[in-house]
Formats: sequence, structure tokens, C-alpha cells
Amino acid sequence: MGRYVIRRLLQMIPVFFGTTLLIFLMVNVMGDPIAGLCGDRQCDPATAAQLRTEFGLDKPVWQQYLTYMGNVFTGDFGTAFNGQEVTELMGTAFPITIRLTLVAIVFEIVIGISLGVVTGLRRGRPVDTAVLILTLIVISIPTFVTGLLLQLLLGVEWGVIKPSVSPEAPLNELLIPGLVVASVSLAYVTRLTRTSIAENSRADYVRTATAKGLPRRRVVIRHLLRNSLIPVVTFIGTDVGALMGGAIVTERIFNIHGVGYQLYQGILRQNSQTVVGFVTVLVLVFLAANLIVDLLYAVLDPRIRYA
Amino acid sequence: MRGATHVKWAACAAAVALAATACGGGDSGGGGGGADGIVSSSWGDPQNPLEPANTNEVQGGKVLDMIFRGLKRYDPKTGEALNMLAEKIETKDNQNFTVTVKDGWTFSNGEKITANSFVDAWNYGAVLKNNQKNAYFFGYIDGYDKVHPETGKASATKLSGLKVVDARTFTVKLSQKFSLWPDTLGYPAFAPLPKTFFTDHAAWLKKPIGNGPYTIDKYTKGSSMNLRKWDDYPGDDKAQNGGIDLKVYTDNNTAYTDLTAGNLDLVDDVPASQLKNVKSDLGDRYINTPAGIIQTLAFPFYDKNWNTQGAIKVRQGLSMAINRQQITDQIFQKTRTPASDWTSPVLGEEGGFKKGLCGKECTYNAAEAKKMIEDGGGIPGGQLKISYNGDTGSHKEWVDAVCNSINKVMGNNKACVGAPVGTFADFRSQVSQQKLHGAWRAGWQMDYPLIQNFLQPVYYTNASSNDGKWNNKQFDDLVDKANAESDKAKAVSTFQDAEKVMVQQMPVIPLWYQNGSAGYSENVTNVSLNQFSVPVYEQIKVK
Repeated sequence: MGRYVIRRLLQMIPVFFGTTLLIFLMVNVMGDPIAGLCGDRQCDPATAAQLRTEFGLDKPVWQQYLTYMGNVFTGDFGTAFNGQEVTELMGTAFPITIRLTLVAIVFEIVIGISLGVVTGLRRGRPVDTAVLILTLIVISIPTFVTGLLLQLLLGVEWGVIKPSVSPEAPLNELLIPGLVVASVSLAYVTRLTRTSIAENSRADYVRTATAKGLPRRRVVIRHLLRNSLIPVVTFIGTDVGALMGGAIVTERIFNIHGVGYQLYQGILRQNSQTVVGFVTVLVLVFLAANLIVDLLYAVLDPRIRYA
Repeated sequence: MRGATHVKWAACAAAVALAATACGGGDSGGGGGGADGIVSSSWGDPQNPLEPANTNEVQGGKVLDMIFRGLKRYDPKTGEALNMLAEKIETKDNQNFTVTVKDGWTFSNGEKITANSFVDAWNYGAVLKNNQKNAYFFGYIDGYDKVHPETGKASATKLSGLKVVDARTFTVKLSQKFSLWPDTLGYPAFAPLPKTFFTDHAAWLKKPIGNGPYTIDKYTKGSSMNLRKWDDYPGDDKAQNGGIDLKVYTDNNTAYTDLTAGNLDLVDDVPASQLKNVKSDLGDRYINTPAGIIQTLAFPFYDKNWNTQGAIKVRQGLSMAINRQQITDQIFQKTRTPASDWTSPVLGEEGGFKKGLCGKECTYNAAEAKKMIEDGGGIPGGQLKISYNGDTGSHKEWVDAVCNSINKVMGNNKACVGAPVGTFADFRSQVSQQKLHGAWRAGWQMDYPLIQNFLQPVYYTNASSNDGKWNNKQFDDLVDKANAESDKAKAVSTFQDAEKVMVQQMPVIPLWYQNGSAGYSENVTNVSLNQFSVPVYEQIKVK
């Protein structure tokens, strides 16, 4: 187990450098960021030159990358064009997005898995068909439609929630946005669980468990569900990374000032420091989530052992 | 037990959901004015640090407008530059000015405002090492080329044209004659700065201190700013409300939704997609007034194909091929007005705006347009490419409409095409590096309501925003002559003569004047926008 973890951690190093280099190059290809700082007019050349020197933009790209990586390892992610440290931006954005992600994941686990178990055990019954159709609908509607629709109905028409989330983004205001972010994944989780349960419920070990007289509840939860969760856990694990970086649309609709907002603004303003910094952290989150998922396999399925 | 955990989770989620419902329904904190007459208003994250000489966009400008007052202030209605902190500004030769500061003004931290508060602030704004993006504002002051050279290091740290005479008086020497110069002093870049700005810069940036009708109570970068009325404000334009809460929205559609749901009192940027609903949603709580912004099509004069005698006719023809009225009616829902000169209606007749100055060259006339373009040798390269940035501002719609209009006139579906550029920054860098060889969308938002500002910085030879590098001696001479004119009316009419040169040369095609638009809730009254399309916050009254 220990050696496995170390091997995985070592594998992360080239992945980390590769992704950061890629994103660094992509941001640089977009052109000169200073030109966009002065609105529809030309920046005065002397100030522009000075800003370029200050942000290190006058050096070749490889040198910029090396300096940047060197700074990252000392915890310095650079400064955004509005004078704020990128670490400061991260400090405000990440807690909010993590909260949103947690809400979404909880929805996925609670609603998704329970629906999956219910439908998986009642294959072909009306409940199963109804949930299947429902998930199909949810999957086929894009997030921004669900988001805007819920915002309009709950926020404006019925006045149940506030249409926008306040800057502090407390948990209760994140419930609806969280549901919106989770909706598509939730449908997938339901379907994955259902298939897996349906398949395993005919397995020998389930029949054995039932035969030895265990209560049905214990059979389902301890034996059936535990084994059926492997594909679901994989899915949710990769979803953590996707949710953290991919909530841009939902964060815009509900005015949540999280990672998606910072990334979007960073790209618009061509602020390479912000974009590269946030993506670097997201890469780390993704790698860590994947590692945890792999380790969870062993917990869920006794047959899997890591040497 | 795993099962038990699941049940608990579900119960928890349900409880939280119920709590949220209860909380969301009866909440009054967000908007609705109410207590102490606070107005909540939409905002965007300022692009640059909030220093007066470093703020060149409207979001930072909003704040500066609330917390600073300069020597002059533009009347929000008429745009006239009125004395604010200036007791008098005198000159004999339109080049040397003596400024006397009014007595009795202080910053909100109690510090007295003296001549030094201005001179230090202006020196800070002009010096190259401070990276102030509005430094060029001080370019007319003598000694600017020493503190802010085009290349290399600065050889001085202070503008030699500024001299403090006594506590309330200072003199300004300009590098050229500029009769209307005192009228530029209403721009926030010329605001005075307190000593703490220089001694503890980081703390000042965290919570800026100024001398305007509001003080900053709480500033959370990137998300909100709470401004409160400054009770001891010495000026006449005291705040009529208890304060302003600015809230950052990432999407103006969300802000608009919040306004219709009653969570926000003021939105000063109604999204284009909502213009159709605005009447039914807000009724008469929607304002649409001219702003000092003109949009144009610019051409590359560094490209020799566009710098010929024939190309003049082509540009005039193209201008006549654009059906401005139809585009402003249908695409902009009348929030823009077809342009017929190169200034803006906010200047007023006296200030130099002249409707129809451009004449038939800016009026749609399909038959003649086609003839002119063909007479001039056709569009250089056979096709007109109009570059624009695709990320913000919904430029695609109108560029396509302009092209459509030109294509119809030419009877050729390929005569004009839009050429989107991914981001604004990339678009601007292509423009400034002279990489474009077709037309591009250009715009000018005035710095101060003077006809000079609409012409000199954009069309004068080698001017800072003359991106197309147009040059014309006749135009330059007229601008110089107008600047030296001490009589305002004469200066204005000379500037208009310079504009007539542009009719004959058509260096850029004027398209339309942009309006500012805003919507507000039932809680507030007396909402208006100034010429810079910034809400006049201090006049807003809360019911």
C-alpha cells in the first residue's frame, strides 16, 4: 500500500509539469495581455513597457515558465493585474467553490445512490421507468437551462430563494446552485448505481447472504451496495475535479465568486498569472482525487489489494 | 453502520433545505433599501488598483466619482465644468495657469486640502515608475517628457511645470497653448490625494480615503464595497441617501434578474438581451440617456492600399452604404443613435456637437454608395474585413449587420465579412501592433466633455489613440489653432472646421452614439446617469 502510494505520487510529477507547461503556453499564445488594460485606446508605450518588465513578459516564454515554477514552489503565485496576489484570490475563491462542490457531491451521493438502489432493486417496475425517464430528461437539458429556469422560478416568480448568492456564499444559499451543478452527474450516478445493483443482485454472494438468513436490509447495504459502488466511486472521484473547475456556467448564473469566476475573468483579461495559478491547483486537486478513488477501491472490494 | 449514516445524511439535507427556504423567503438584508436609506447597486470588479490616475474604466470610475472631488466637476446634467475645489483658475496666455484652491476642504480623515495635495498627486500620476495608466493626462504639463519619457529612464521625479506658491495657490505651465485645459480638470485623474496615500500606500489601497460625499466603510476586493455618507462633507452636493452598497456581478443578466426580484436597487448596465423586456419589467423605472461614447470603423493608414486618393472615395462610399438607422433601431433597440459627426450629443450645441455635420457622407444612399466605391477603385483587396473582439460587448451582431448592409449595396455577398478576434486583449494588441489590414471596430469614450477630447487624442498625427496612423496637416493645424484660441465659442467652431476636413478624408466612419442605460427598483427615486454613463449616486433618494 505504502509503496503503491509513493509510486503514484512520483507519477504525478511529470503529469503536473506537463499540464502546467501546456496551460502556460496556451495562455501565452493568446497574445499581449498588457494591450487590453487600457480600454479602447492604446496604452502609453512607456507605461506598457514598464508593466511588461514588471510582470516578466519581456522575457522568452521558457524563461517565464521557469521563473514562474520557481516562484510557485516558494508559495508565490504572482500578482494579478489589479494588484491582488493570486494566492489572495485563491484564498477567497477556493473555499466558496469547495463548499459548492461539497453540496453537489452530497446531493449526488444521497439522491443519486438512493435512487439507484431503489430502481436497481425494482427493475422494470413503474418506479424504475419513471426514474429512468427523469434522468434522461435531466441529462439532455444543458446546465444553464436548468440554472436559469430554477433561478427565474424560485428566485423571481415564487421568491423562495434569492436569485444571486451573496459574496460570502453561506451553505444555505448554495443549495439550489449545488443542485444545478450536480444535476447531470446525479443522473449518471443514479444510472450507474442502478445497473451495477441490478447486475450484482443476481450474483452468487448475494444469494448466499440471503440464504444464510441475513435480513434483507443488511444484504443490500453490506453486501450488494458495497460491491456495486466501485464504478460510482470512480465517477464521483473524477467529478470532484470536474465540478471544481467546471462550474463556470453555474457560478455565472448565480453570481458565485468562486474558482469559475476567477478563471473566466482571468481568461477575459488574459491574466496569465491567475489562470495558470488556478489551473495548477485544479490539476493537483484532480490528481489527489484520482489517487483517493484508487485507494478507496481496496476499501470497497476486499479482492483488490495494492502491493 | 453505513445504512444509518445514509439516513442521517438525507434528514440533514432536508432540514437544511427547509431552513434555506425559510431564510430565503423572509430575508430583507440584500436589497430593498429600507434601513438607513442604503442603495444597493450592481458593480464589476475594477480592472486596475483604485488609484485616481490608474483607473480608466467605468467600474473603478464609479467609486472615484463617489469618494473624490477635484478642482472642477462636470455638472451631471449639462456637462459644464464648474468650479468645485477651485476658487479660481486664471491665465493670461492660455499656457500659464494660476490655480487657487478653496478654503475649508478636508479629506475624510481630517487632513486639510492644500495646493500640495494636488501637486503631489499629479506628480505621482505622471511619473513613469508608478505605472499609472492615465499618466498621459498630465502630458500637457511642462516637464512631462522628463518624468515620463517614451523610452528609457525618467530624468526627473517632478513635473517642472507645477509650482506651489503658497498653501492654497499653485501655478501650472503647459508645454503648449491649450485654452480649454482648465475644463479637463474634472477628470478623476486630477483628484487631490491625502498624505497617507504616499506614506502607507498598501493600507490606502485596501481602503481608499478621499474627499467626496461618501467614505468607504468596507471593501472586500472582488466582491463588494460599502460606501457610507460622509456627514461632514463640505461640498454642496451632499449625499441624499445613507450610503451605497456596490455588489460585484459576474454577469449583468444576473444583476438584472436580481433587480426584477427586488434584491437590488440599481443596475447601470441593462444587458442587450433584456432590452425587449425592459418596458414590461420596469415600466418607467428605466432610463436611457446619451453617454459620451461614439463608435466608429477605423482603417489602417499604415497600409498603403488604404492611403490613396481613391481609398478616400471608397471610405466615403462605405459610410454611405451603412444603414445606421435600421441597425440602431433593430439591433440596439434605440439605445444608440445614428452618428452624423465625430463627437457626441452630450457636448451640447455649445460644446461642439453638431448634428448632420458629416452631411450626405454619413447618410445611407445605396445607389451613390456603390458608385463611389467603384469610382474609387473598389474595396482594397476586394473584400472588407471588419475585425472585432468576440468575447464581450455583443459586437458580432452589429458587425454582421453592417456587413450585410454593405453587401446588399454592392450586390456581393462577400464584399464585407466580420473577423472576430478571441479576446479583447488580443484584439487590442493586434490593433496597436498594426497587424490589421482591413477595418476594425473602434470606439471613443470621452475623458472630459470637450470637443477637443473627441478629436485630438484620436485623429491628430501620432496622437496616443490614433491607432490607424492617419495624418493630415490641415487637420493638425486647425486643432493647434483651436487650442490657442482664448474665446471658447471660436475654439469650438475651429474644432468643427477640423471635423469638416474629416468629412472630406473620412479617416474613420462614424457609426452611432452610445447611450447609457439603467434600471432601478421601486425603493429609489431621482436616479440619473451622467455623461460618462455613471449613475449620479449622491442624488438618489430612498423612499
